[in-house]
Amino acid sequence: MRVDFTKPAGMQRKQYRDFVDGISPKPNVLVNVVWAFLVGGLIATIGQGLLTLFLALGLPVLEAGAMTAVVLIFSAALLTGLGVFDDIAKYAGAGVIVPITGFANAMVAQAMEARTEGLVLGVGARLFTIAGPVLVFGLVVAWLAGLFYFLFR
Amino acid sequence: MIFVMSFVVGGLICVIGQLLMDLTSYKVTPAHILVGFVTAGAILSAFGLYQPLVELAGAGALVPLSGFGHTLTQGAIRGVERDGLLGVFAGPLEAAAAGITAAVVFGYFFAILFRPKG
Repeated sequence: MRVDFTKPAGMQRKQYRDFVDGISPKPNVLVNVVWAFLVGGLIATIGQGLLTLFLALGLPVLEAGAMTAVVLIFSAALLTGLGVFDDIAKYAGAGVIVPITGFANAMVAQAMEARTEGLVLGVGARLFTIAGPVLVFGLVVAWLAGLFYFLFR
Repeated sequence: MIFVMSFVVGGLICVIGQLLMDLTSYKVTPAHILVGFVTAGAILSAFGLYQPLVELAGAGALVPLSGFGHTLTQGAIRGVERDGLLGVFAGPLEAAAAGITAAVVFGYFFAILFRPKG
């Protein structure tokens, strides 16, 4: 980079900013969106396969849905442990984060990093770094919805 | 047909998340995405707007985290129908119990079994 130091500082800053913008990798939104669509769609379709299977095995619809979530959570937690999840997430982005797999990944990834801090305040606490807020906001909204339904049904 | 709808709707919901991450000026982390989708799903479900999507797309609507929010809200409503006011408190977690327990137990096992790469 050649910065012309005879110019005022503001123009030097602009030169620098243009330089940084020029060499920073740009997020290619279109490519990211296609990846997110394909991988997110694939995970949903695998989920549908599991749901159809559990229904065929005679589970009622809510229980079949719960078992589907359990299998997907198990798979995502295992892939996170193996380090494979991050490799997929690099390309798939929101395609693996938005599904329930992202919830399981957030729990395991945070907890794994915190092992040196002990089992209680490390692993135990960090499992809920991201799962905690998810449960807080989900439960508050669901509780309010339930309360309104109780009062005004 | 349900598999096609599930692929398309599941994919599109993820695209919304990807656009939120790529096109917004401030840093949207996966944590914000997860919280946002749970909240949005729970609110849509409360107004009866999420169930039609579930009937259309099955797992395509249930597997994204907005489906988790839908499960919590529907749990609260079923709880009220069964137990009245107590159901407001017990219903949401009852509906989501299996998923939450699976995430905590498997999460704990795999977190102590594996070491982070690098």
